Amino acid sequence: MADRLLLAAIVVFGVPAALVAYISVVEGVLMRLIPFKQQPRARPWLWLLPALAFLLVFLVYPTLNTLALSLQDAQSEHFVGLANYAYVLTDGTMLMALRNNAIWLVLFTLLTVAFGLLIAVLTDRVSYESAAKAVIFLPMAISFVAAGVIWKFMYDYRPPGVPQTGTVNAVLTGLFPGFEPQAWLINPPWNNVALIVAAVWVWTGFCMVILSAGLKGISTEVLEAARVDGANEWQVFWRIIVPLLGSTIAVVATTMIITALKAFDIVYVMTNGNFDTEVIANRMYKEMFNARDFGRASAIAVILLLAIIPVMLLNLKRFREQEAIR
Amino acid sequence: MPGTPRAIHLSAPLVALTLLLSACAGGGTTGPAAAPTTAAGAAATTGAAVGGAPTRAAAAATSAPAAATSAPAAGGATPSAARTPAATTGAAAGATPAATSAAAAPAAPSAPLEKIGGTVTVLGTWGGSEQDSFLAMVKPFEDQTGVTVQYEGTRDLNAILTTRVQGGNPPDVAGLPGPGQMAEFARAGKLIDLSQVLDMNAMRQQYSEDWITLGTVDGKPVGIFIKAAVKGSIWYNPKEFSKVSGGTPPKNWNDLMALSEKIANSGTAPWCIGLASGAASGWPGTDWLEDIFLRQAGPDKYDQWWQGKIAWTSPEVKQAWQTWGQIVANDKMVFGGRQGMLATNFQDAGNVLFTSPPRCYMMHQGSFITDFFVKANPNLKPVDDFNFFPFPDIDPQYSGSIEAAGDLFGMFKDTPQARALIKYLTTPEAQTIWVKRGGAISPNKQVSLDAYPDPISKELAQTLTSAKIVRFDASDLMPEAMNNAFWKAILDYVQSPNNLDSILANLDKVQQDAYKH
Repeated sequence: MADRLLLAAIVVFGVPAALVAYISVVEGVLMRLIPFKQQPRARPWLWLLPALAFLLVFLVYPTLNTLALSLQDAQSEHFVGLANYAYVLTDGTMLMALRNNAIWLVLFTLLTVAFGLLIAVLTDRVSYESAAKAVIFLPMAISFVAAGVIWKFMYDYRPPGVPQTGTVNAVLTGLFPGFEPQAWLINPPWNNVALIVAAVWVWTGFCMVILSAGLKGISTEVLEAARVDGANEWQVFWRIIVPLLGSTIAVVATTMIITALKAFDIVYVMTNGNFDTEVIANRMYKEMFNARDFGRASAIAVILLLAIIPVMLLNLKRFREQEAIR
Repeated sequence: MPGTPRAIHLSAPLVALTLLLSACAGGGTTGPAAAPTTAAGAAATTGAAVGGAPTRAAAAATSAPAAATSAPAAGGATPSAARTPAATTGAAAGATPAATSAAAAPAAPSAPLEKIGGTVTVLGTWGGSEQDSFLAMVKPFEDQTGVTVQYEGTRDLNAILTTRVQGGNPPDVAGLPGPGQMAEFARAGKLIDLSQVLDMNAMRQQYSEDWITLGTVDGKPVGIFIKAAVKGSIWYNPKEFSKVSGGTPPKNWNDLMALSEKIANSGTAPWCIGLASGAASGWPGTDWLEDIFLRQAGPDKYDQWWQGKIAWTSPEVKQAWQTWGQIVANDKMVFGGRQGMLATNFQDAGNVLFTSPPRCYMMHQGSFITDFFVKANPNLKPVDDFNFFPFPDIDPQYSGSIEAAGDLFGMFKDTPQARALIKYLTTPEAQTIWVKRGGAISPNKQVSLDAYPDPISKELAQTLTSAKIVRFDASDLMPEAMNNAFWKAILDYVQSPNNLDSILANLDKVQQDAYKH
């Protein structure tokens, strides 16, 4: 225990100290060596060198290594070309996982952004705004695995005739006598929706916070002018707020799309991918740790990367456009 | 934001790269821990079969649930040869099995253990009451040697163990889901050869050759069995069962089905089945199939089956599934129907045997389930409130068959503390502790029958030694990928029994890959 505390102390104080020392060295020594005119060019690169080194070692190298592994066989002994990719794109379970991720992509993004926007707009002019937002944001603070466990209990199923232990079934059978308890997590295809609901519960707060910030950035004069001109709230929302929030919504939507493609914890904890709820990240985990097939797991990782690249490029394009406006 | 266009030029790709790569981090936090750690899980014990353990467990009973959870991460850990096997005196524990008469002996090992201090990390699937039992089992070891046993339990043993071994940070000692997966770890060079740790002659005196062989890979003992179980018992509530069965338990499958149909027609489901088990859901169904297959097709075909030598689509295998389908495909036969089976955890499924009125009359499960019965209903008494009859014969030429399983442990890091612990765990004294607490059967021949706390466990222990045909749990013997596919196939079959052919074809595909490496 003591040596762990020591290690923690070293990291907490040592890392900033090392960085400060490094910057001082750069400024003090290197800047003397570089002619004054070149300094503004050199400085950013030198300051960023530690961070770039970290990125190289912990992000760039593993990505390239994964690419290499995906072209090799299960134990990474022989080169097999695109065989792993062929498997990933033709195997029944993988196709089902891809289909499920597509459902997640559409439904999860729509629901989180819609609810986030709705709550941001509704709480905007209320006195208890902070309290309401805090409550909605709270699920983001718990671990996603914990959220999965919570919702697993909520969806618990007992056969009809015995007391229901799952909240959802208990409430519904209580309110509507004659309602048969449903095995929410077991019956495809609605079990996917059940999982997505749990994920939406976690992530709506995130969307709400960002959209709310964007909302506050809209000048009140525009809105007042519109209202004075006779627009009702509905028109104000759709014709003014949403267009002005365009870029913010795009940011939130792309983040949610990436989250949907990455979805793992919720699925792993609640159904472990059984009953047609597989997702790509769960398949990657299973190939890696259960089947110990490194080639296939890497191929799945690369495919996930490829799926996310267009989203990232979109984000980048918008980012550049925003910068260009300034 | 202030900055020259050059700054933006610099930052944009960096931001993109970071976001891109972090986005592809893929999967959130894996939280296998979340899954309930059912104690039964930690089956895998690397046991270099120490000596002949009393062939209590003629069949290495591997606790099936163990397979389900944590993957023993066979990978990374290179048994650090750095530590020279110091003359760990711990030898006492394992080495002198003969000397100590296990008969109702207290936990103290025969020869005094040396005080070596330090810690040993143990990874297993046990949680709850099974965890308590394991900790009780190692308490005398801790007291005598001064070694602290740090036990960590997880349902997802496979994944955790794989990750840790791959990452070069294995536990010192870990449960292994089954001999099949133990072999995978051993061939990757991750398990320590226990012939250097244990006195193999002494082991042979305490354990039957079967148990030792099950823990041996390519001639090297790498696994020890610290606990065994008999599978395929059918549990019932004698008070209720006698009302519907008319006295004697069914002797063969046809009688069993006739009885089940009779009960079903009277309005209550005859069977309770619970298939849910976190990451390992489906394993109770594999036990059913193995029991049916063993009695229907015989021990030789059974061996070919787990070795991957006959296809899943072959007629014998298909017939076993269809036989099981006589019960599970019919919603009236099982309490809660198919949905209930899929949603109910194996630990809880038997509780409705004891409600009034009971919602089912029979449950097929391994011998460790008694622990869970008593946990849920503390005033249940063995024999009076719950009892078992053996799985009935199907083909008379294979009558007298039983399926067994066991908890396999292996050593990943060669440290004096780990050696001492492994040696201790094989001793009859250690195993007697758990046996006395209930829910365990010891494969060690020197654990006396008197140590068993109730007539039921005594009877089960005797069954293990006296059965004519004993086989180890097939799914535990299969490679990991095949095992997982088997569990999933069970769930798929229960969900849609009509898809049997496509399910079996899929299993064949997995079989092609799984047995390659």
